Amino acid sequence: MALLQTHNLNKHFGGLHVTADVSFSLEPGKIHCLIGPNGAGKSTFFRLLLGEHQPSSGTIVFDGQDITRLKSFQRINRGMSVKFQVPGIFGALSAQQNLQIALQHRLDSLDLNAEVERLLDFLQLREVADQQAGNLSHGLKQWLEIGMAISLKPKLLLLDEPTAGMSPEETFMTGEIVKQLNAQGMTVLAVEHDMAFVRQVADRVSVLHFGRIFAEGTIDEIVADERVAAIYLGQSHD
Amino acid sequence: MGRGPAFWSAFVVVLAFALAYPLFADGYDVGNNIYFLNWTFMALGLSLIWGYGGSLSFGQTAFFGVAGYSYGILTINFGTAYGFGLLSVLIAIAIAALFAAVLGYFLFFGRISGIFLGIVTLSVTLALERFMAQTAGPQWTIGSARLNGFNGMSGMPPLTLPWFGGEISLYPDIGLYYLVLCLLVVVYLGLRILVNSKFGNILVALRENPQRAEMLGYDIRKYQLGGFVIGAALAGLSGVLYTSWGQYITPSNMSITAAALPIIWVAVGGRSDITATLIGTLVVLSAFQALTIYGSQYALVVMGLLLVFTVLLAPKGLIANAGILLGSLLDRKNGGK
Ligand SMILES: Nc1ncnc2c1ncn2[C@@H]1O[C@H](COP(=O)(O)OP(=O)(O)OP(=O)(O)O)[C@@H](O)[C@H]1O
Ligand SMILES: [Mg+2]
Repeated sequence: MALLQTHNLNKHFGGLHVTADVSFSLEPGKIHCLIGPNGAGKSTFFRLLLGEHQPSSGTIVFDGQDITRLKSFQRINRGMSVKFQVPGIFGALSAQQNLQIALQHRLDSLDLNAEVERLLDFLQLREVADQQAGNLSHGLKQWLEIGMAISLKPKLLLLDEPTAGMSPEETFMTGEIVKQLNAQGMTVLAVEHDMAFVRQVADRVSVLHFGRIFAEGTIDEIVADERVAAIYLGQSHD
Repeated sequence: MGRGPAFWSAFVVVLAFALAYPLFADGYDVGNNIYFLNWTFMALGLSLIWGYGGSLSFGQTAFFGVAGYSYGILTINFGTAYGFGLLSVLIAIAIAALFAAVLGYFLFFGRISGIFLGIVTLSVTLALERFMAQTAGPQWTIGSARLNGFNGMSGMPPLTLPWFGGEISLYPDIGLYYLVLCLLVVVYLGLRILVNSKFGNILVALRENPQRAEMLGYDIRKYQLGGFVIGAALAGLSGVLYTSWGQYITPSNMSITAAALPIIWVAVGGRSDITATLIGTLVVLSAFQALTIYGSQYALVVMGLLLVFTVLLAPKGLIANAGILLGSLLDRKNGGK
């Protein structure tokens, strides 16, 4: 059974049809990448999944339950977690405190400290643990937020452009982090522009274009698809 | 803060001074100076709501007024015998907290935040002031308590505690001083524990990034409401203490000037830590009082300038910035970086 399924999901902003009849299915245990040109509606699709926007029509089923009407925090508590496109961290607090706040939802103080330590090592944040999160480099902020997102031990991890602004080395390391998390049983849905990253991690790829699922397949099938190449080329022309 | 030995030694020294103070001053002065302590609870409450939780509320004086008037109405009608004096204090604070819970429910569950929260809370405060101001007529009585419009309500008894075989009334004097000081210590320590707890962590998370906090699975509305009600109850405590201390309360305690003052104390002292708020409030209040000798309008202008100065030059607050400076000097002395 699919971990996540949307049925004919639609979202209008005024006259703008940003999510158009999206029927999407995500297999458990997979890493699924969502690609598409700027403005295709990828982040909006995430916001619909997370309950930040209410869909104009359609339903969202997560882990066997209809969550379309649930509040964001209720969806999180059913096993979703997210890293936003724009880093969402607690800027005035230290990296360590950021992780603590994320972890205290699930753990009490004894296990919490051990888990903070483990995450600091896992995400290579040890050296900046006491620095203000707001002052970290862009790449470190992204890792910190990934750390906060996985603190919840989610069934489904949503990543919106996890490697934006990263060097190729950092991007590669992020890919390895994602693969490790997946190996531990986390299903991942990632929005990404970096094709090297997609190739590194994705079991399956969906292309979103003008709010519609335009194509779906393995990375090789997608790269070979001329229609997909055309929308990316078309974009660079306008 | 609030975990190291340096912090606790400083705490003990300050407390020792505060305890010893009445030994060196006469009862009349001590009684007058309770005035300053009375306000600190409201300021600490605002520090929790605004400094920690990030919601700028102008509602503190409304809760102050509701509790103050409630105390007056209750004690004028029912007196203070059989422990009812103490019970009135608790009921008055509970009424303020309940009012805050209802208002806060609509605000936070209606997802009102930022500048709109400020506007709505200020409007509520001013509406209360207007309402109380027009209650001058004789028809505005509750039992035997006359609300008395702009002239203010008076004649309520001072704080009265049940005692063995009777009761003691605490007029502004050394006894009341020790009681209020004791309350302040209890409230301060309680808040210290609260802000260092998981609840306190989440309040700060709300200030920093409410969306992220919600996406960690926290029902942020409940935490916002919780902080708001605790802060309001503290404002209510200030209201009761103030009213019973001066045996008087007027609608001008909820005026726009009155509503702005707690913001100034907290902002100038430093809102991100309750210690800075506490020290700042006492310092600014004393300065304000000293300036009032030259005229209260003049004092208000200076307060305004102080706020502007703080916002521009030391946005964390003067006391908080002084603390940071002191910390880095000590670090340097100890061979730190
Ligand atoms: N709250 C909103 N109100 C109105 N229009 C919006 C809103 N959010 C997004 N849009 C519009 O919806 C479209 C899709 O935006 P979205 O952010 O989902 O795209 P995206 O695929 O994530 O793009 P990018 O790759 O640039 O992040 C854009 O045209 C955007 O302007
Ligand atoms: Mg996007």
